[in-house]
Amino acid sequence: MTPVIVGLLLEAALYTVAISLVSIVIGFFIGLGVSAARLSPSPWLAIPARFFVSFFRGVPLLVQLLLIYNVLPAIGVNVPSVVAAIVGLSLCTAAYQAENLRGGFASVPRGLLEAADMVGLKPSQQLLRIRAPIAFRLTLPTLVSEAIMILKASSLVSVVGVVELTRMAQNLDTSLYKPIPLYAAAGLLYFLINRAIAFVGAAAERKMAWGRA
Amino acid sequence: MRFDFALVASKLPAIFHALGVTVLVWIIGLAGAIVLGFLVAVARRFGPRWLNWTLGGYVELFRGTPFLIQLFLLYFGGPYAGLSLDAIPAGLLALSVYGAAYFSEIFRTGFEAVPKGHVEAAECVGLNRSQIVRRVLLPEMTMLVLPSAVNMAVVLLKETAVLSVITVPELTLTISAIGTEFYAFVESLFLLALFYWGLVEICGWLGRASETRLARFKFAAA
Repeated sequence: MTPVIVGLLLEAALYTVAISLVSIVIGFFIGLGVSAARLSPSPWLAIPARFFVSFFRGVPLLVQLLLIYNVLPAIGVNVPSVVAAIVGLSLCTAAYQAENLRGGFASVPRGLLEAADMVGLKPSQQLLRIRAPIAFRLTLPTLVSEAIMILKASSLVSVVGVVELTRMAQNLDTSLYKPIPLYAAAGLLYFLINRAIAFVGAAAERKMAWGRA
Repeated sequence: MRFDFALVASKLPAIFHALGVTVLVWIIGLAGAIVLGFLVAVARRFGPRWLNWTLGGYVELFRGTPFLIQLFLLYFGGPYAGLSLDAIPAGLLALSVYGAAYFSEIFRTGFEAVPKGHVEAAECVGLNRSQIVRRVLLPEMTMLVLPSAVNMAVVLLKETAVLSVITVPELTLTISAIGTEFYAFVESLFLLALFYWGLVEICGWLGRASETRLARFKFAAA
């Protein structure tokens, strides 16, 4: 493990973090839309949303990635493999986050919304000031564990040729024949990043714990 | 995008063989994960403190790193440490050890959720430790952990697709190979997705059915 190799692995780890972060954020907004569609009274929105969630939670991420990687060119969209990877990760996490958010919105106490009605808040104000903040606070722990899941799942994008942490370790192994130290180092980096996510998540939960009953 | 399912249909025998491999690898890996996870949970609860810490480290490490990395470490690194395994045994071992880390946590929370009074009552009537585990903790816990255990079984089922990377001849490897052979990636991958989707739906359905069946073990929360 020379400094050069450590440097390459650290650089690849940053790439892994970047891919995961972008996917989590995009997935959060898609998930928000999907959860709204699932909660909508219109079956034209609710049923496709249910299919979306069921499909992306029911099919292995590896298969989703292979599918997106091959379907995009087949429908004439030629993008670099990292874009296909981010699309795949985002759609997958969106399905999970949509379910979490749906649970969060469903757990907002009715009394609060009735009180908001009483003081004359409009539905849009109720959503922005009461339902969304409370739902977000309720789903924060699941968002943190979802971020950890996606960070680990991002190792699969190595299969479609994105040179992130796992692929970097693989590439180095093909020339150095040192699988144990290389994969152990990559595993340790994933582990440390996950600890960092959990630490930040716990701090955010403490910060948002105001007024909790 | 062209769709040629007739082409894929000509390969059905190979596909069903691969489906069998996926299901077998899943069932054996799942059984290994449950047994190992249960042993870890029991050892952590009843064993000495150093064992609890060591096993806690194992659980944290295996839950905090990607399955793919663990698989590579075992399959490519194993021979350097005197452990040369073929693809299928390596896949089964990796799946079991990975799943056991999660199952041990599921069982641990299950143990903790069984009311203390039930265990104390069992001690009072003179049951020993193994009897308490078998007669009190296990049946009550089964009901408590069933939803998360089914969830984890589904996670492991999906994780078997990753074994294609180390050439286990399961569904993903076989169907992508057919896609390459006929240059029909899109239709073969859609078929592949449908297989997994179906398997996951069946698994969820079985889980809900067994929850209904085991409902008699449910007890009112203290």
